[in-house]
Amino acid sequence: MSEFFDEAVLVKALVERDPDAFEYLLDRYHPMLVRLARQYVPSAAVAEEVAQETWVAVIQGIDRFEQRSTLKTWLFRILVNVARSHGVRERRTIPFASTAVFDDEPAVEPGRFRRLTLHGRGTWKEPPHPWPDPEQHVLDAEMVETVERAVEHLPPQQREVLTMRDLLGWTAAEVCDALELTDGNQRVLLHRARSKVRAALERHYDQGRRT
Amino acid sequence: MSPAAAYVCRQFVEDVTSYLEGTLPDEVMVVVELHLADCPHCREYLRQMRETIAMTHALAEDDVNTMPADVRDRLLQAFRQHNE
Repeated sequence: MSEFFDEAVLVKALVERDPDAFEYLLDRYHPMLVRLARQYVPSAAVAEEVAQETWVAVIQGIDRFEQRSTLKTWLFRILVNVARSHGVRERRTIPFASTAVFDDEPAVEPGRFRRLTLHGRGTWKEPPHPWPDPEQHVLDAEMVETVERAVEHLPPQQREVLTMRDLLGWTAAEVCDALELTDGNQRVLLHRARSKVRAALERHYDQGRRT
Repeated sequence: MSPAAAYVCRQFVEDVTSYLEGTLPDEVMVVVELHLADCPHCREYLRQMRETIAMTHALAEDDVNTMPADVRDRLLQAFRQHNE
């Protein structure tokens, strides 16, 4: 139903109880809701439940959807409320506003750079080894697992932002809207998260090179 | 020392996300581009960040709809009957 790409058309059809519109919504967003729910609940089974309850709330609430936000962020807000009613971890507000510059969570181990002196000036001492050409290796299971594990181990807020931005492909504006973050904070969380996932992949490749 | 010469790799690894997001101020962007032209290691780092993003994205590409058929049917029925 390509006409439903147009969100206004989709919402109108939903309010008019067009079953095609609802099926379109289910197909398009259910996997995403389950994926997001996993950020808040301990198991895949509970995530599936939270997503299903979200749909029940959508059925009851679509008439009141005022399109002040996108359908996506509206869905997400319902999902978070449902997840919270399952007694799960709360998101906390973040206590910083500046961008990360040589801060407590450096993207790369500081020891890998020369000291900040007139001669060394923070250039690479241990530069990154080139990774294998992505064309030459398919996404092997081990690498997928490396990325998955790295994402899982991120602090909750970083994982939340990375999931939305890089797994689900949301825009920065959508994430800021859904999580009520400033643009700067969103970017810092994304930066820290991506840097950690890259570092995990680097360790994976470096290990492979040594063996 | 020119601004470009003072720009260091250690700074680039913290700016890379802003660089990719296109949110660096123009004057910093110029300095970063000059640095990248000169520094193969930071170019490699940038490449790795791009690949990291692509690999992370690939995780969700295989997400399938896990909703059981009977749940779907019940939801559809509830959708149709709402307000009736």
